[in-house]
Amino acid sequence: MSISHTLLGLLESGPRHGYDLKKAFDERFGHDRSLHYGQVYSTMSRLLKNGLVEVDGVEAGGGPERKRYAITDAGITDVGQWLATPEKPEPYLQSTLYTKIVLALLTGRDAAELLDTQRAEHLRLMRELTRRKTGGDLADQLICDHALFHLEADLRWLELAAARLDKLAKEVSA
Amino acid sequence: MTETTTGATGALLSATALRKTYGATAALDGADFQIRAGEIVAVMGPSGSGKSTLLHCLAGIVPPDEGQVHYQGRELSGLSDAERSALRRGAFGFVFQFGQLVPELSCVENVALPLRLTGVDRKTAEGRAAEWLERLEVADVARKRPGQVSGGQGQRVAIARALVATPRVIFADEPTGALDSLNGERVMELLTAAARDTGAAVVLVTHETRVAAYSDRDVVVRDGKARDVAGMAGVA
Amino acid sequence: MSAGTRVPLGQWARELLLGARFAVSGGRAGWTRTLLTSFGVGLGVAVLLLAASVPTALTAGDIRKDNRDWASSEEVEKAEHTVLLSWVYTEFRDETVSGRELQAEGDPDKAVLPPGVDKLPAPGEALVSPALRDLLDTEDGRKYLQPRFDGLTITGTVGDQGLSGPSELLFYSGSDELEADSGHVWRVSGFGHSEPSNPLSVALVALVVVMLVVLLLPIAAFIATAVRFGGERRDQRLAALRLVGADNAMTRRVAAGESLVGAVFGLALGSWLFLLGRSQARSIDLYGIGLFPSDIAPGFLFTLLIVVLVPACAVGVTQLALRKVVISPLGVAREGVDRGRRLWWRLATLLLGVVLLFVLGPRFSGGGADIWLLAGSVMLTLVGVTSLLPWVVERVVDRLQGGSLSWQLATRRLQLNSGLAARAVSGVTLAVAGAVALQMLYSSVQREDERDTGMDTGQADVTVYSGVEGGSDGERLAGQIRELDGVRSAHGYLTGEAVHEKTRVNEYDVRESVTFTVADCPTLRYLLKIDSCADGSTYFALDPNLPKDERPKVPAAGDRYDLRADPEKARPENPDWWTVRGKVEQARVGQDASGSQAPYGLYTTPDALAPERLGGEAAAHVQVRMVADGAGRADGVERIRNLAPITDPSFSVQELRSKAQSDEFTVLSNALMAGSVLVMLLIGGSMVVSTLEQLRERRRQLSVLVAFGTKRSTLGASVLWQTAIPVGLGLTLATAGGLGLGLLLLRMIGGGVADWWAFLPMVGMGLAMIALVTLASLPALWRMMRPDGLRTE
Repeated sequence: MSISHTLLGLLESGPRHGYDLKKAFDERFGHDRSLHYGQVYSTMSRLLKNGLVEVDGVEAGGGPERKRYAITDAGITDVGQWLATPEKPEPYLQSTLYTKIVLALLTGRDAAELLDTQRAEHLRLMRELTRRKTGGDLADQLICDHALFHLEADLRWLELAAARLDKLAKEVSA
Repeated sequence: MTETTTGATGALLSATALRKTYGATAALDGADFQIRAGEIVAVMGPSGSGKSTLLHCLAGIVPPDEGQVHYQGRELSGLSDAERSALRRGAFGFVFQFGQLVPELSCVENVALPLRLTGVDRKTAEGRAAEWLERLEVADVARKRPGQVSGGQGQRVAIARALVATPRVIFADEPTGALDSLNGERVMELLTAAARDTGAAVVLVTHETRVAAYSDRDVVVRDGKARDVAGMAGVA
Repeated sequence: MSAGTRVPLGQWARELLLGARFAVSGGRAGWTRTLLTSFGVGLGVAVLLLAASVPTALTAGDIRKDNRDWASSEEVEKAEHTVLLSWVYTEFRDETVSGRELQAEGDPDKAVLPPGVDKLPAPGEALVSPALRDLLDTEDGRKYLQPRFDGLTITGTVGDQGLSGPSELLFYSGSDELEADSGHVWRVSGFGHSEPSNPLSVALVALVVVMLVVLLLPIAAFIATAVRFGGERRDQRLAALRLVGADNAMTRRVAAGESLVGAVFGLALGSWLFLLGRSQARSIDLYGIGLFPSDIAPGFLFTLLIVVLVPACAVGVTQLALRKVVISPLGVAREGVDRGRRLWWRLATLLLGVVLLFVLGPRFSGGGADIWLLAGSVMLTLVGVTSLLPWVVERVVDRLQGGSLSWQLATRRLQLNSGLAARAVSGVTLAVAGAVALQMLYSSVQREDERDTGMDTGQADVTVYSGVEGGSDGERLAGQIRELDGVRSAHGYLTGEAVHEKTRVNEYDVRESVTFTVADCPTLRYLLKIDSCADGSTYFALDPNLPKDERPKVPAAGDRYDLRADPEKARPENPDWWTVRGKVEQARVGQDASGSQAPYGLYTTPDALAPERLGGEAAAHVQVRMVADGAGRADGVERIRNLAPITDPSFSVQELRSKAQSDEFTVLSNALMAGSVLVMLLIGGSMVVSTLEQLRERRRQLSVLVAFGTKRSTLGASVLWQTAIPVGLGLTLATAGGLGLGLLLLRMIGGGVADWWAFLPMVGMGLAMIALVTLASLPALWRMMRPDGLRTE
């Protein structure tokens, strides 16, 4: 995920302080990890340098720097370009899970149990997401659904892998 | 996590060592299952694993060849057809993938059917049916026949019918199987919300994990054997 | 649990009503099903009601006839209320007109009256039946019938209670010329007698009984199939009910409610059809007298039975169909599909029927218990033959294989469920087997009845007989007839009786008389086998059948005969002697045109014996030759009949026909044909419905076949085979069974096989039905074969 483009996009609805930007990002996209303020600051500096944002004003008073940022026309164009460019589909073959299964089989551990445990963990997360989704607003739902569909895809792969474990075991040990 | 009620003591409905053979194929080959009051349990597994057979045995529709099913301490195979039918009328509710609505009756009449079978008069029965249709956001199709409504509306009518007699257990077999994602999600939300409101337990058979994610706990059936994963991973 | 114990009445009603609800809702398919069931049940009910009315219909007319009859056996003394009655009769075209002349012997107001007559008609007045009034009112009647009534003024009509049927042609006329002691006049002191009238012939009773059975059985079969229409959908519906908690008993009650609707509708439709048919009864020309609607009245007990039993049967069939089905909440499973069909009970039923018929055969009397036994054994035989069909179809179809693609599709389909096909065809088998048997019976009875009348139309077309009231003779009457339009030639002769002077009383105290026939030479040549004839010739014809010692002596010249002799008197009193002159030739008699032999006795010409001298019992005969066939000929016959007033009992005109047939059989034959056609159409309809139902079920498979590129003609042919195989087997079985049953029935009435090919029309009808069913299902097939047939909903 491109943090600079996300922050730019958040600015499109109106000028914000750096601190507000971090809060808005965390609220909408930071379910897994929240943004460090320093990250916001460095990103904003880079965007300023590239002319994609400008400083709208500085609030007087103590504490951390309270600059207000606004998006420039070039910034709006940049967000538009980013949204229009497709993401490169990521192959998941090198995922840790695959590595774990192959390792388990190689070392003669119970791969099925590993899979079951993993599935239970996936489901646990999916339940949590489902619960959050049913209570949340539209943006929450979209985010949760995205994660849910990814997790579901993982799980489907898990199911398939579980069904093919015997064949896989033969190939790996051969 | 708290595993205190998984035993037969706290279970509303429980099955032990179920075996069921159709011809030469074993649909169930030693399946155990428990569900507590108000709990939503997903029964998962690949096609042909025996999930539906487990549900049919639990609901007393199909008698198992071996093993026992207890509902509130009563052994189902010891009951007569009439007694098991009465259980289906009062204590159980059903939502299947399709084909469970009577095409000749209007939607509201379909929902009122379980009440009418227990002897509730027409006006009261259809009044309560209409309330449930309203709650499931399909009040507008009340006077239509099942053939005239969409798949999602039909499933909501089916859910309304499953809930109208305030059952203790709802058996749902692939309730979203014939629906698209959006309709499926909505149907699951309505079903689980209504079940939680009325305190009904739900046995939810599905092969879709996104649907299973609406459950509190899941049981995996594989090759006719039910493996209670909750025992290992704990109940969320 | 409440359901385990007694079920409250309210719940029963609720579940029956729920079923009824299913029968009338459920869109077009549901309605079609209910309508077809109602139609089948309706026809069945109508026929049943008709059958229940047969006893009254057959006897009502006879009872009214008996009621207007007079006791003729007792000697009645003249009294204030007695009436003299003369019975007269004439024919008009092909119909009989009969009448009674009445004459009060005392005060006309106190005279006994026949039923339907309010007041004795005055001399010269007449009361006529409505049918006769209408006939006299037609142009034809005015021209050719009215002249016979010229002396009479019609003053009113005879009431229904005095007529055997609405088309009876009858009149009562008043007279003041009747004499109590003349031969054709009765003295009557009251009307109505309770002697049983002549019962229907055994053959006719058998025919009627078999006909009713033959018509009713296919209708029963039809009802049985009709209540199964849409069975699969009903099973699904019931499964859905089971899911929401209906137990087995409840489902059965719901199904019962469903079939009850069709049955009750059918009951209403049937009653309506019956009443409709009944109101047309006047125009049904049974026995040429028609029936009053009130004559077609089913007995109360029968009606009650029908009203109760028909719905009960419909429900029973449904429950029977459900018995082989396990309806679980998940769907429907059929039991015993794999078990092969058993042969023994089918053969046992057939054998029982055959044995009963065989035993009953020689002693069938047409009486009460025998009728039931006959109906029962015919039913058993027919049901036995029909029940063989599913077995035969199963066996045959299982052995079928290979062949063209269409043949393969059809046979595989039939192998999957041969019972369905056999059930649909069983109605046809019943109808055809019954009709074949009946046709054999009928054609035999008809042949017996159509036996030569012995009349010789080669000699004359019409014979006229006229009792001579002194002075008339055959030749004069023949002269009158020759004048009429439509007559080509006429020969007249006179017959009378005379006693030889030497004849003594025999053991019965009677002097045997000799018949004298007086005619001119051409007529004598025509009556006798003689070579020559001259005026004054005398011939004598001996009866060759008499034993030698009983033969009268051939008269010789000089023998004397008393022309005025009273045979019951031992000696001549006031004799009128006629003496034989010249040589008497022996001659053999030929047959006269009416088929009877010319009398044995003495023949001579008017020169030898003046016709006037043969008084008393003498009668004139005329043999008439009419012009060639056509209206002129028929009108000519009526002109001859118009030569005498209708009230002249001594004048009769007989039109000669080489063949004659009684009306009963024509009517029955027509009824049988109409009934068979109706039943066949009904069954054809039900086959179309079940074929369409099957096609609809297989819509997807059909579309897939089309997607493969299967040709329409191939699929069409497969539908044809699918109908043709079971129907063909059914027809074969029906023909064999029908011929067998027919032979057994013929043995019973002692008839021979008149027509071995009597089954052909029925088989033809069956073949026509195959074509009809295929044709009727083709449009639907084409429609389903369109590419959009692949759509699921």
